[in-house]
Amino acid sequence: MQNPDARKQIEIKNLNLTFNKGKKNENKALDNVSFDIYEGETFGLVGESGSGKTTIGRSILKLYVTDSGEIDFEGQDVQTMKKKELAAFRHKAQMIFQDPQASLNGRLTVENILGEGLDQAGYSKDKKKRRQKVLDLLHMVGLNEDHASRYPHEFSGGQKQRIGIARALAVKPKFIIADEPISALDVSVQAQVVNLLAKLQKDHGLTYLFIAHDLAMVKYLSDRIGVLHWGKLVELGTADQVYNHPLHPYTKSLLSAVPEPDPVKEKARRVQSYDPSFEKDGQERHMVEVEKGHFVLGTEAEVDRYKDEQR
Amino acid sequence: MSQPILTVKNLAVSFETYAGTIKAIRGVDFELFSGETLAIVGESGSGKSVTTRTLLGLNAKNATVEEGSQILLGDDNLASYQEKNWDQVRGSKIAMVFQDPMTSLDPTMTIKNQIAEPMIKHLGYKEKEAADATLELMKEVGIPNAEKHLNDYPHQWSGGMRQRAVIAIALAAEPDILIADEPTTALDVTIQAQILNVLKAQQKKRNMSVIFITHDLGVVADVADRVAVMYAGKIVEKGTVNEIFYNPKHPYTWGLLSSMPTTSTAIGSLHAIPGTPPDLLYPPKGDAFANRNAYALQIDHEKQPPFFKVSATHEAATWLLDERAPKVTPPAEIVKRQSYWQEHFVKEG
Repeated sequence: MQNPDARKQIEIKNLNLTFNKGKKNENKALDNVSFDIYEGETFGLVGESGSGKTTIGRSILKLYVTDSGEIDFEGQDVQTMKKKELAAFRHKAQMIFQDPQASLNGRLTVENILGEGLDQAGYSKDKKKRRQKVLDLLHMVGLNEDHASRYPHEFSGGQKQRIGIARALAVKPKFIIADEPISALDVSVQAQVVNLLAKLQKDHGLTYLFIAHDLAMVKYLSDRIGVLHWGKLVELGTADQVYNHPLHPYTKSLLSAVPEPDPVKEKARRVQSYDPSFEKDGQERHMVEVEKGHFVLGTEAEVDRYKDEQR
Repeated sequence: MSQPILTVKNLAVSFETYAGTIKAIRGVDFELFSGETLAIVGESGSGKSVTTRTLLGLNAKNATVEEGSQILLGDDNLASYQEKNWDQVRGSKIAMVFQDPMTSLDPTMTIKNQIAEPMIKHLGYKEKEAADATLELMKEVGIPNAEKHLNDYPHQWSGGMRQRAVIAIALAAEPDILIADEPTTALDVTIQAQILNVLKAQQKKRNMSVIFITHDLGVVADVADRVAVMYAGKIVEKGTVNEIFYNPKHPYTWGLLSSMPTTSTAIGSLHAIPGTPPDLLYPPKGDAFANRNAYALQIDHEKQPPFFKVSATHEAATWLLDERAPKVTPPAEIVKRQSYWQEHFVKEG
């Protein structure tokens, strides 16, 4: 849980990013997005496909060049980092991918997949030490010694994702972006991986940016949550604020669409539709803090209306 | 209840592979009644998709439907059908909506023509008749300004619109049974809600029976009248949607229900089923779930449990229901659900 005097690990300020700039298919992927991620917390991003969730994650790791705005990691601007700084930064910030099959090299043994990260971190000189580190990593993610000499295709989906997690941990990162880490896994295995992520966070003080379209899972794992719509952050707050006291009509609509494994509740559930046309009326909208830590995007009049509707 | 329109008895399907024979379906029985939605739940490899593909004769060439399997549709046993017989069933009696709308549409054909095709083939419509009915159907499944989109190709449409088109194609020849195989898994939640509403509305209007395959228990709670839970090629529990969600009896159903968080699950309380499903190249002797089951008895490892009746509509294959079995306390999440069951569904006295 969030520590009240935790430090900001990541500060994102007024981030803008346009794909295919100047072309016919120009697409404003991120529109003036600002938020912070505190040390040791899990920050969840939700939104539909195309809302910009993944783009934010990739921008933080400098996998995209942004139009404007700033991304600071521990006070240093990621966008202006030079080669050396960037290499050091990528030891601190790692990524877990959606498809464990596609993100592991099929021609390497697990020992070498994990070893590549260790080599980067400078463990390669001593063979024995490197091997020991590999085994430690396997234990951390609930695998064992026997698995070290095997190839990715010999593992189930859940085990592959554990290897993906171990690889991210190899360089001892402080910050991990988990982009849809469980959506390719079976239901019974999803919970195993989610519990593992929670345990690793506790044991190693990790900070997570958790991106998923499964809204119940994001709620379960996150301390704070940002809701994205068409590249804009429309609401931001603690998991409880956003899910139990949503303000923005888009958040309300999104949450009302989540089916819950409870037939009586389901029969009574009404989906609220969202008409986004007002977003394009040209009015200036800002993130307004409605209660401590709970922000919503809107004009002054809109925010007042949202507050009234909640009462 | 009325007569079932589809009865599956003792269905067994195996696949020949280089590694050996995979026994994908190991004796499945269920009935489908007129106008109802039966949800089949299970993880990948549990056999839910193979079961429904078998109902349409769509399995790969290396599949064998074992001797003694019965799929009774009216007076016909589909289990003994040859390729030439299937044309009378597919589309007109049983139709299917697949998970990925892009791969189930023909990219080189207009959407209009793809919807009209089954009408011309199965209902004997003339072109003009089919064109009118197509436009009508496109409106019914909620395609806005359908008149303007008659000559569109699939790539011009979004995922949600494509899935509406796939539903329209499935409905075109007025089937009695619609099989929906993970129809909303590839879609965003808001679009998922719209597609589920289209399916529910069309089912009601046509009094169609639906077999709904999914791993998402939230969707099951939304759409299903009855539920069958599959594990390792067998049905392990079936009952009405309320029986399965509020009074489940099989430990696998317990595990599934407690491993999915809801938006109100507290951190640290998510239960995970340990281990992975068994390899069906070598199906286990006893209950296939025994190795992952914290409640497994000695006999679970040795002997396949039979179905024990819980009510007229509810049965589960677990030795825990045998009268000699010890009383066990299910996981906390299930205890909560069972007390809801006691309060709301069990009549006093």
